[in-house]
Amino acid sequence: MKILVCISKTPDTTAKIAFTDNNTKFDANGVQWIINPYDEWYSLVRAIELKEADASAAIHLVTVGGADAEPIIRKALALGGDEAIRVNADSSDSFYIASQIAEVAKQGSYDLIFTGKETIDYNGSSIGGMVAELLDLPYISLATKFELSGKKATVTREIEGGEEVNEAELPLVVSTQKGMAEARIPNMRGIMAARTKPLKAVEPVAAETLTSVAAFGLPPAKVGVKLVSPDNVDELVHLLHEEAKAI
Amino acid sequence: MSVLIYIDTAEGHIKKSSIEAICYGAKIAEQLGTTTEGVVLGAVNDDVAALGKYGVKKIHHTTGDAFSQFDAQVYTKAIAEVAATTGAKVIVFSNNISGKAIAPRLSARLKAGLVAGAVALPNTDNGFTVKKNVFSGKAFANVTVNTEVKIISLSPNAYQVVAGEGTAELVTANVAVTPGKVTVTNTSKASGDIVLTEAEIVVSAGRGMKGPENWGMIEDLAKTLHAATACSRPVADAHWRPHNEHVGQTGFAIAPNLYIAIGISGAIQHLAGVNRSKVIVVINKDPEAPFFKAADYGIVGDAFEVVPKLNEAIKKLKSTA
Ligand SMILES: Cc1cc2nc3c(=O)[nH]c(=O)nc-3n(C[C@H](O)[C@H](O)[C@H](O)COP(=O)(O)OP(=O)(O)OC[C@H]3O[C@@H](n4cnc5c(N)ncnc54)[C@H](O)[C@@H]3O)c2cc1C
Repeated sequence: MKILVCISKTPDTTAKIAFTDNNTKFDANGVQWIINPYDEWYSLVRAIELKEADASAAIHLVTVGGADAEPIIRKALALGGDEAIRVNADSSDSFYIASQIAEVAKQGSYDLIFTGKETIDYNGSSIGGMVAELLDLPYISLATKFELSGKKATVTREIEGGEEVNEAELPLVVSTQKGMAEARIPNMRGIMAARTKPLKAVEPVAAETLTSVAAFGLPPAKVGVKLVSPDNVDELVHLLHEEAKAI
Repeated sequence: MSVLIYIDTAEGHIKKSSIEAICYGAKIAEQLGTTTEGVVLGAVNDDVAALGKYGVKKIHHTTGDAFSQFDAQVYTKAIAEVAATTGAKVIVFSNNISGKAIAPRLSARLKAGLVAGAVALPNTDNGFTVKKNVFSGKAFANVTVNTEVKIISLSPNAYQVVAGEGTAELVTANVAVTPGKVTVTNTSKASGDIVLTEAEIVVSAGRGMKGPENWGMIEDLAKTLHAATACSRPVADAHWRPHNEHVGQTGFAIAPNLYIAIGISGAIQHLAGVNRSKVIVVINKDPEAPFFKAADYGIVGDAFEVVPKLNEAIKKLKSTA
């Protein structure tokens, strides 16, 4: 079995969000980069668990990004990927990125493709669905559990106010979230091994860019909190009712 | 030419998030001087024609059981067909669970640019630009769609529902049904509960509650307010509360009218999931808790004393209102 895990590089969750070039570019100055938490904690770790259960499985990682994405990919290899492909392109357009991943997926004919539920920077939640459509594969989104028996996958996914169990035959595209697996940290042996694991850079294929970011902005800051004494909760209720009209 | 809205259902009922999408789509149609059409797949118990009061003029509907279970691939093909027959220039989804599965597929199928998670109407003065949240609500981006057909999925709770008058014309959607590859074998729902991502009011609590046995007062307050309950990540990780209550950067992102945070410190990763709430109330015994900086109203005090009192005060208001 061959598993393709999509890995994205995102700013650390505590990174200061600011923009440059007339608010058209993210200000990467001083920013720490991490593997998008959904990609790392859920997609990758679940793939590693599947490999632990079936030693013949291979885990390939794919990222679309510049050379500066390599430390992130090495970390993912240290956690347990077997080899990695970096498509040498930078884009904020989901369709362009999905087209690159779909091409890699076609070349490698994978049984299973995992993406995180979304990236914590663009919050698009779009790559998995687009890749599935480009490959004409079924897509199960927002999965919280994934079990495999032969070629049959049993996947629990989130629905509004509950969950649903889906069954489908591989090949399949799945987007993952909390519940899939427990986060791990790379161990020394993994870190050493990752240094020599194959990491191949390939050039992008031609693909359309359907959207572009015209400008970024920051939301207006809160004007300041109105504090109410704990002995006067009636005052809070009054403010919420009369002033905020929230209750 | 038209604006086409995908109207999503759950167990035969139209979702609130889809009603928001209808109102939003109808306003875009007005901006563009075109008509508003809708598409519903599968049997519905609600009165579909009555959705006309939200501004949709014509609804394409299939009632067969091919759509009785969700399969994004099957749904995408059907919506693409309806989009072709109606000559849709803008296709609107709610960015809810179904929208997140279908809209990207449709975008790739039609090569139509997608803005996922829009929070405002498009600006059509110069091109077609839509505002969406990025960096988990810490910033926004104005995204320009460069293709002739545009797809927008609207964030839940981002657009006000306005009901007017009118009935929609119902037409049968003649879509070829392709057999799906996904089978739904089981569905489980916490019945009677208010869906967290659609809730107007959310009562949320953190590690300050000390243990799961103390959640009774949180649930009582939520009940009084007809609110959904939520929690911080460590609370879900410790299994004090179910995972589907976890809000924040790595949990649900929500945008209710009112978010009440009790015994939650307000870490940046927590705020990332709740900062789009319209009004934030913080109850925390530590005056230095970072959450106060993001709050509109606050009480510095012990939750174990304040929450029951607050519940009583709200009950009093409700009984006199
Ligand atoms: C990559 C990453 C992603 C993360 N994602 C999320 C996420 O999605 N969601 C999330 O919530 N966290 C997330 N976190 C964790 C986050 O950083 C915080 O650790 C977490 O939010 C803290 O939870 P808490 O506020 O419940 O607990 P604490 O930080 O322990 O705060 C408890 C608060 O309760 C108050 N308190 C104690 N007793 C009382 C009392 N009797 N009355 C009133 N107040 C009291 C204290 O003053 C304190 O402010 C993430 C962290 C990382 C690194």
